[in-house]
Amino acid sequence: MRRIILALVEDKPGVLNRIASMFRRRGFNIYSLAVGHSEVPDMSRMVIVVDNAPPNAVDQVTKQLDKVIEVVRVEDITELPIVTRETAMIKVRASPATRGQIIEVLDLFKGVEVADVSPNSIIIEMTGTTDVVESLLALLKDYGIIEIMRTGQLAMVRDSQLPD
Amino acid sequence: MKLTGGQMVCESLLREGADVVFGVPGGAILPFYDYLTQYPKIHHVLVRHEQGGAHAADGYARVTGKVGVCLATSGPGALNLTTGLANAFMDSCPIVAITGQVSRFAIGKVAFQETDVTGATLPVTKHNYLVMRAADIPRVLKEAFYIARTGRPGPVLVDIPKDVFTETADYEYPETVNLPGYHPQTVGDPAQIQKAAKLINGAKRPVILAGRGVLIAGAMEELRLLAEKAQVPVVPTLLGLSCFPGSHYLNVGMMGMHGSAYANIAVDECDVLIGVGCRFDDRITGRVSDFARHAQIIHVDIEPANIRQNIRTEVPIVGDAKSVLRSLIPLVEPAKRSEWLQHIDDLRRAHPLVVRDFGEAPSTQHVIQQLFQETHGNAIVVTGVGQHQMRAGQHYIFDRPMTMVTSGGLGTMGYEIPAAMGAQLGRPDALVWSVAGDGGFQMTVQELATIRDEKLPVKFAIMNNGFLGMVRQWQELFYEKRYSQVKVTGPDFVKLAEAYGMLGLRATRKEEVAKVIRQANAHRGPVLVDFQVAAEENVYPMIPSGQSVKELMEDTLPGLEPTRR
Repeated sequence: MRRIILALVEDKPGVLNRIASMFRRRGFNIYSLAVGHSEVPDMSRMVIVVDNAPPNAVDQVTKQLDKVIEVVRVEDITELPIVTRETAMIKVRASPATRGQIIEVLDLFKGVEVADVSPNSIIIEMTGTTDVVESLLALLKDYGIIEIMRTGQLAMVRDSQLPD
Repeated sequence: MKLTGGQMVCESLLREGADVVFGVPGGAILPFYDYLTQYPKIHHVLVRHEQGGAHAADGYARVTGKVGVCLATSGPGALNLTTGLANAFMDSCPIVAITGQVSRFAIGKVAFQETDVTGATLPVTKHNYLVMRAADIPRVLKEAFYIARTGRPGPVLVDIPKDVFTETADYEYPETVNLPGYHPQTVGDPAQIQKAAKLINGAKRPVILAGRGVLIAGAMEELRLLAEKAQVPVVPTLLGLSCFPGSHYLNVGMMGMHGSAYANIAVDECDVLIGVGCRFDDRITGRVSDFARHAQIIHVDIEPANIRQNIRTEVPIVGDAKSVLRSLIPLVEPAKRSEWLQHIDDLRRAHPLVVRDFGEAPSTQHVIQQLFQETHGNAIVVTGVGQHQMRAGQHYIFDRPMTMVTSGGLGTMGYEIPAAMGAQLGRPDALVWSVAGDGGFQMTVQELATIRDEKLPVKFAIMNNGFLGMVRQWQELFYEKRYSQVKVTGPDFVKLAEAYGMLGLRATRKEEVAKVIRQANAHRGPVLVDFQVAAEENVYPMIPSGQSVKELMEDTLPGLEPTRR
């Protein structure tokens, strides 16, 4: 199953390499990775989603990530009440004949925009949970997906359901 | 004060008390070596291979508790350090390695002797730096030394491009570090310590498993107080040897793959196991599901990632061994546990360490026992890796702390020569005996020249059996004696010693052993003794890899085949 790891790290060269290395050496695949500046100056926040890793091994990796000097905080938040989102850009084959059908499919989803329309394709931009992005992708498959670009999962712990 | 980068490194080394450094110059680190001539207070030891420099810094660190320093140039120089860094990393040894890098403009252009050294050493260092501005050097070195010696100690590498050594900037050595992601937890959680005390107070058959963390934390006295107050027998790990007096009545002796049978059985039968400053490595636990089957486990370690890494733990305590034991001692009730201690004594008698007789030729066991006798247990013993190492762990009795220097986690053959050099430089007045195998000795033999240059009176005892002995033992036991590439020849070691300007001695018969050891002890300079030991001695007891005390193999009376329990 997938585990979601949230980390606050110093924004310095080589940090990403140190973190990725912890997964590489155990043979764990990083399913998605999202990094950007955080609310703290010179600190970045990372969401690392790991695929097919046993929970106790992920626990060990989390502790080992904490050993990395530039990692300020790290937590496996999979079991916590969290909000997750990701954005996907999907280029789909769309002729004038099929374009209308595709738009009808898109209407079934929230958070979807058409970012570009070209004679033979359109670029769809969608933000939602990973599950919903996956189900849109499944529906678009028959029209012919040309290219997919995803941000990777973003995640944030909800305060409202946290035990105090 | 304006200084060049190279001068800043020297100033910082002196600030950190690094008065002995081990290195080899080369292209990218040339400017540093030029500035080094301005700092006569820094004693630079010119090793013959960078691996020797790293091991020497490691040996120096283990006997002094200080940070060891080694230096190398870019590319091959830095890469030659990696084995030594990995060795120090596994055994929690504080080292700062400073490497030259190609100039900034050449980085990433496949320049001559360019290697991505921070990339290559990432998995074998606690932390590393590539310093791109001279102005950063004081801060980086302050952090490097701090990180190397605090928390779970380890090696830190600082890679400095050639032109950064010559760049000028303001030098002011910082008093503090600012590392938002690095705060080793030294004080244990009081609630967890309470729980541990409760477990110990209720225990009928407790055992303390004491590792190198006790030595690093300087918790030897606390360990003794705890053991004596609660009458808990102490079992050291290989790296924990010397953290608890070897002749103390509560010292059961080393456990693990080649630990004594009684120590392994005691851990197997204990009801509470208190691991202090150890990481439950597979050479200790064997098959994890069978390890300390009846015990509730308390684990004290400063590194959270060590806890539950290998074994289940009922009471984890993250903290410094000294601090945690200090808090624990008042909560532990005085106890007698005479039945349990009696039982362990019975085990000792029922499962003694058997010394086999091989006729005329001395056994490694015999040599180590004689070495102990003739040095009155007062030597610092440095070992390589293999049969002689296990025999040293079994038969030398370490009463004084930090007197056993051995490559544990990485098992680096060849460690024994440079590490002994570092140990002797760290403790100039001590008697240092390096116990070696004839295989490992040939892996770093070039450092004998360094030892001679430095006029270090290190004594070497080569257990010369003409084999890579431990590998041969495994081939005998687990590969039906199909010996594959384990017969190893060497030079005439006495002549070799003489070629290096050392005294060379040889013992081929048992009765010569004590005499040559005495001769070596009496000689003021370095000595190499070629002990021609029995060729096919096996080290027992042995718990085969991945098995448990149930499968422990013991040597029986001389002449008999070993039995399985």
